[in-house]
Amino acid sequence: MVAKQKIVGLNGDEASAYATKQVDPDVVAAYPITPQTIIVERFSEYVADGLVGSEFVAVESEHSALSACVGASAAGARAFTATAANGLALMWEILYIAAGLRQPIVMAVANRCLGGPINIHNDHSDAMGARDSGWIQLFCENSQEVYDASVEAWRIAEHADIQMPVMVNFDGFTISHTMENVYILEDADVKKFVGKRIYMKTEGPKGEVEFKLDPDTPISIGPLDLQDFYFEHKVQQMEAMKGSLKAIKAVDKEFEKITGRKLEYVYPYKMDDAEVAVVGLGSAMGTVREVVDELRAEGVKAGMVKMRLFRPFPVEDLKNAIGNVPVLGVMEKAYSIGGPGAPLYEEVKTVLYDLPKRPFVADYINGLGGKDTSPEMIRDVFKSLQRIKERGAVLEPVSYVGVRE
Amino acid sequence: MSEITLKEMSRKPDALICGGRLCAGCDETIVVRQVMKATRGPTIVTSATGCLEVSTSIFPYTSWEVPWMHCAFENVAALASGIEATIKAMHKKKEGPLAKYPTVDVISFAGDGGTYDIGLQALSGAIERGHDFTYVLIDNEAYMNTGIQRSGGTPFGASTTTSPAGKVILGKTETKKPIDEIIIAHGTPYVATINTAWPLDVMKKARKAIEVDGPTFLHSLAPCSRGWRFPPEKTVEIGRLATQTCVFPLFECRQEKGKPVYELSAPSLAIAKRPENKKPIEAYLEQQGRYRHFFRPARKEALLKELQESIDTRWQILCEKAGV
Amino acid sequence: MSERKRGWKTLPKGAVPYKSSKDYQTGDWGVAKPIIDRTRCSKCTLCHFFCPEGAITVRVDGYTEVNYDYCKGCGVCANECPVKCIKMEMKK
Ligand SMILES: Cc1ncc(C[n+]2csc(CCOP(=O)(O)OP(=O)(O)O)c2C)c(N)n1
Ligand code: SF4
Ligand code: SF4
Ligand code: SF4
Ligand SMILES: [Mg+2]
Repeated sequence: MVAKQKIVGLNGDEASAYATKQVDPDVVAAYPITPQTIIVERFSEYVADGLVGSEFVAVESEHSALSACVGASAAGARAFTATAANGLALMWEILYIAAGLRQPIVMAVANRCLGGPINIHNDHSDAMGARDSGWIQLFCENSQEVYDASVEAWRIAEHADIQMPVMVNFDGFTISHTMENVYILEDADVKKFVGKRIYMKTEGPKGEVEFKLDPDTPISIGPLDLQDFYFEHKVQQMEAMKGSLKAIKAVDKEFEKITGRKLEYVYPYKMDDAEVAVVGLGSAMGTVREVVDELRAEGVKAGMVKMRLFRPFPVEDLKNAIGNVPVLGVMEKAYSIGGPGAPLYEEVKTVLYDLPKRPFVADYINGLGGKDTSPEMIRDVFKSLQRIKERGAVLEPVSYVGVRE
Repeated sequence: MSEITLKEMSRKPDALICGGRLCAGCDETIVVRQVMKATRGPTIVTSATGCLEVSTSIFPYTSWEVPWMHCAFENVAALASGIEATIKAMHKKKEGPLAKYPTVDVISFAGDGGTYDIGLQALSGAIERGHDFTYVLIDNEAYMNTGIQRSGGTPFGASTTTSPAGKVILGKTETKKPIDEIIIAHGTPYVATINTAWPLDVMKKARKAIEVDGPTFLHSLAPCSRGWRFPPEKTVEIGRLATQTCVFPLFECRQEKGKPVYELSAPSLAIAKRPENKKPIEAYLEQQGRYRHFFRPARKEALLKELQESIDTRWQILCEKAGV
Repeated sequence: MSERKRGWKTLPKGAVPYKSSKDYQTGDWGVAKPIIDRTRCSKCTLCHFFCPEGAITVRVDGYTEVNYDYCKGCGVCANECPVKCIKMEMKK
C-alpha cells in the first residue's frame, strides 16, 4: 500500500538533507563545497536542533570526510557524506578504498566541474572521474529523484548481495539550488523502509563473522593484499557490481510499493518509432524531453533515453530502451581529454557494438562549467542527428555544443 | 581491569601476536605490544600505512587479535574519528553493535611519515574536534617502509636515502619538527613521550592516555636497525641511550585550566637532578650507521658540538617547562 | 602446504584475512637462538616485554620461555637481560 506523503518545496540539496535526516544515519562527516553546502548546513541544523541522533563530524577536508565515513561504516555505522567537484577529487584515493573494503556508505554529489580553472558550476566531470572506483552511481533529474534516491540508496548499499557504497549524483545549481515540489514520506515510513543496517557475512581466522569492527568478533580490515589475492578480490567487487543489477531492481520494487513511484534504470521516452534519439544523464534530460515533444509536434520522430543508473551500467535495459533507433546522439556534460570520446559515448558505443543492427552514434559534449544548454541547442543536436540519418554516415563523431570558436 | 605491574602485564595475552614479518629486532612491535598490554577493555585499533601495517596484515594472515583496520597512509586519525563518532552515536542511540560495550577505546598507530608529514592535517583536525582516542606515533625518524627516505621527523645530520651523506651535504640539513609541542599547542589533554626501554613507564602512560577523555598522544622513539644501521640486538639499548643523552627525554604533559603542565618521567628526572649522569650525544650517535659521517673519515668536531648544543638547549627548555 | 588456494568465489568478502599469523612461522629467520640459563634467571620478566615477536612467554612458575617457532633470533632479549643469563647460540 502506498504510504502517506506530503508535498513540500525543496531544492536538491535540501531534499538530500531532508531524506538523510529521516534516515538518521549514525555518522555524517562532511566538508563544505559549493554547490553542496546547503546539505551540510541543513544537516548541522538538524543536529543542533536535536532532530537526529547522528554524530556530525565537521572534518577538516573531504579526504578526512570519506576516511571518517570508512571508519564509521567499518565500525558498523550508517555513514553519510556529501561533496562536489574538487572535494570528490580530493577523496579519490579513499573512493577506491571505501569500495574495495566494501563499505556501504552513501554520498551525495552535487555535480560540479573540476578545476582548473576553478568554476563552481555544473557538469559531470567529477562523477565521471569516479566511475571506475567501485561505487554505485545514480543520477537524478530533479529534486524528487534526489529525495527518492537518498532514501533508497541505503537499501541498495546495504543489500546482502551488494554491500557497496552508493553515490547519489544531481546537478549543481540546476538541481541543488532549484526549489521544486517534492513528495516526501513520513519519518516512520522512511525508518521502516531502511530498517536496521545489515552486515555482510565474511570469514576471519576464527570462522564466519559479520563484517564489522567488533571487539567480540575481531577481524582485520584493510590488509596488505599482494599479487596472489588482490586480483581475486577485485573480481569479487566486479562480480558483486554486476550482481547488483538484479538486487537494485528488487529494492526499486519495494520503493514503488510505498511511494507509488516506479523507478527504472533507464527511461525511454517516445522511443517506439523514434528515428533520431538522444541518451543522457541528469537534469538536462528534462529539457531534452520538452524538445522531443516540440519536435514530435513538428512531425520529427524524435525520442530520448534518460539513464538513472550509470554504475552498474544497465547494459540490457539500455539496449532495450534504444531499440531499433537508427541514429543516436549522446549528450553529456563530461569529457575525456585525448580519449576517442567522452565517457558515456564510449560506454554506449561499447554496449551497442555487438548488436546485429547498430545505430550511428555521435557524441555531443555540452554544458561544461555550467554553460547553458538551451532548447535551441538541443534542437541543433537533433538536426545534426537527422543529417547523419540522411547522409548515412557520421562525419563528426564528437562535437561541442554551444561553444564559441 | 588489571593493575599495571610487570607481573600482571606479563600474564596478559598479546593483542599483536606472533608470525608478523617485520625485520628481526624491530622496535615497532615492541611499542605495540607494550602499549596494547595497557588496554582496559574492548579496543579497536587503526594503523596508518607503514612497516607495522604491511607486516602484520599480509593477506590471508593477520597478527591482530583485536578489531584492527588500515585505510591509507595519511588518514589514520580521520579513520579513528569516524570510529569514535560511531561509538558515541551508538551509545547515544542505545543501538548498534557497539552500544553494548560500556567503553570502547580507539588506538591509532602511525609512523613519523604518517604523523609529521602526510598525516598531520588529519591528526590536527581530529585533535581539534576532540575525538576520544589515543594516537601512538611510532617514530623511527624516516619512511622505513618505502626504503628509509627522510621525513619531517628525521633529525639533523641523519643520512637517509633522500638526505644522503654526500661529499658536500652531510645528511639532513633541516631539524626535526617539534611534534610534541605542536600537539601540546592544540590543547591536547594528555601528551607523553615513551621509550620501550622502560616498559612499565610505557604501559602506565598508555593506560593514562586511554583513560583520559579526549584525544591523547604518545610519542615513541622507535630505533630501526635497518634504517639507522645498527645490529638488531641493539634496538632497545639505542633507544635507552636516546633518553640517557637527552636526545629523547621522557615526559608527560597534561592540561590544567588551559595551561600545559609538564612533568619529567623518572629516567629523565634522574638526569635533571644529577646532570653529571647525562651522557654525551656521541654515545648515541656513534652506534648508528646513519651518523657514520660524523665520525668518519674524520671526526666532525664542529658538527658534533653544534648538535650537542642544540640538544642541550632543548633539554634545558624542557627542564624549565617542567620546573626542574 | 598442499592446500589449494582459494579463488574469488570462496575467499571471504571484503578482503578479510582468514588466517592467524600464528600459521606463519618465522622461527627459521634467524641464524642464532636464545638459550635461557634458568639457574641464573631472576624472573624479572623483562625479556617478555622486550621481545619484538611476543615469542617469550612467562610460565606459571615465573620463568620465561622462548617459542622457537617464531623467535627471529634478533638477540634483543640476550642484550637486555639484566643478569645476562640469555645466550645467543648459533643454529646448526
Ligand atoms: C598517499 C601515499 N603516499 C605514499 C605512500 C607510500 N608510502 C607507504 S608507507 C610510506 C612511509 C611510511 O613511513 P612512516 O610513516 O614513517 O612509517 P614506517 O614505515 O617508517 O614505520 C610511504 C611513503 C602511500 N602509501 N600513500
Ligand atoms: S625497516 Fe625498521 S621499522 Fe621497518 S620493519 Fe625493519 S626494523 Fe622495523
Ligand atoms: S632473539 Fe629476539 S625474537 Fe628471539 S626470543 Fe629473543 S627477543 Fe624474541
Ligand atoms: S630478562 Fe633474564 S632474568 Fe629477566 S626473566 Fe628474562 S631471562 Fe630471566
Ligand atoms: Mg618511519
